[in-house]
Amino acid sequence: MIWRLLPLAGFLALAALLYAGIQLNKERPPDRLPSVLIDKPAPAFQLDGLRDGEERIDSARFLGQPWLLNVWASWCAGCRIEHPQMEQLAQRPDVVLVGLNWKDERTDALRWLNQFGDPYHYIAADPDNRVGLHFGVYGAPETFVIDAQGVIRHKFVGPVSQHDVDTVLLPLLARLHAQAPASPQASASASASHSGFDPALAATDRPAAPEATP
Amino acid sequence: MMATSRRHRFMPIRHWLAILVLALAVTGPAALVQAAIDPLPFTSEAERDRFYTLAAELRCMVCQNQSLADSDAPLARDLRRELFELMQSGRSDAEIKTYLTERYGDFVLYRPPLDRRTWWLWFGPGILAVIGLVAVALIVRSRRRQSDAAKLRPLEEETW
Repeated sequence: MIWRLLPLAGFLALAALLYAGIQLNKERPPDRLPSVLIDKPAPAFQLDGLRDGEERIDSARFLGQPWLLNVWASWCAGCRIEHPQMEQLAQRPDVVLVGLNWKDERTDALRWLNQFGDPYHYIAADPDNRVGLHFGVYGAPETFVIDAQGVIRHKFVGPVSQHDVDTVLLPLLARLHAQAPASPQASASASASHSGFDPALAATDRPAAPEATP
Repeated sequence: MMATSRRHRFMPIRHWLAILVLALAVTGPAALVQAAIDPLPFTSEAERDRFYTLAAELRCMVCQNQSLADSDAPLARDLRRELFELMQSGRSDAEIKTYLTERYGDFVLYRPPLDRRTWWLWFGPGILAVIGLVAVALIVRSRRRQSDAAKLRPLEEETW
């Protein structure tokens, strides 16, 4: 009788459902929340620079080319995992790497940079989570990819792996550079309002590493 | 003297454990509640109530299964501060929730909004309950019919 098979069918249906749940967990871990800010303008911010002698950082100065905002802290273990990727990214001429030192003590942050190396072109200090909150940051590390118009295009939650860099980050950056190249009016308006920014200048523009300052 | 030392010697360690567990059970939750309360300068009891009602409906994004009111995570503390400041700036509850969902997504709300993605979440359990009740009713009816046919009516059947 076919009704006899009903409990078995029910069991199989439940097993399939639970299996699908496990698979879904693997693909989209529940602690990696999607950002609602994708394709929305990045919140503007003005924050003090972290390093000695580093000037105040206004997010408007980054308009005109794609840039990365890496949320990090000295207490964050994942930040050490992704540190080699950040150093490698910062070496590239087409990358502007901005650090957001989040919920951290300045002395701890400086010691961390001293110990492991400082890859950042700019570092904004956000000890009280005033700016991180507007970015929907809920942990460190998080990394935002922001385009030349100041729109958030991607967010990495957790350490950025070499695989992420090769398969997601660099292809996306290449596309963003192609979309918003040195088109005359874009760079003109950017330089008119915010003194422009040339990634090539980033290295020279960059304040001395903390260890070099007296 | 002898008696007391004896009693001490024979006091099983699990008694002490039981006392410890009891003490923790009594003081533990109180300590937790204490931990999640910040010294925020509320001006009235009503404002305080409003703050905690709102905080109970918002999720701590780090602990995920705790509300902002319950959690002692540093991020929850930041969000409570933000919540308080938003209240001070005169925003309504709905405006505050919108403000937070614009930054953290619907996940920050303990009661997700009803839309196409959450339809099953809201109505799935009800639908399953109805299916279950219908199945029980059908089984009961078919059993009753069988027993009617056999002209056997045990007393228990009366209760149905």
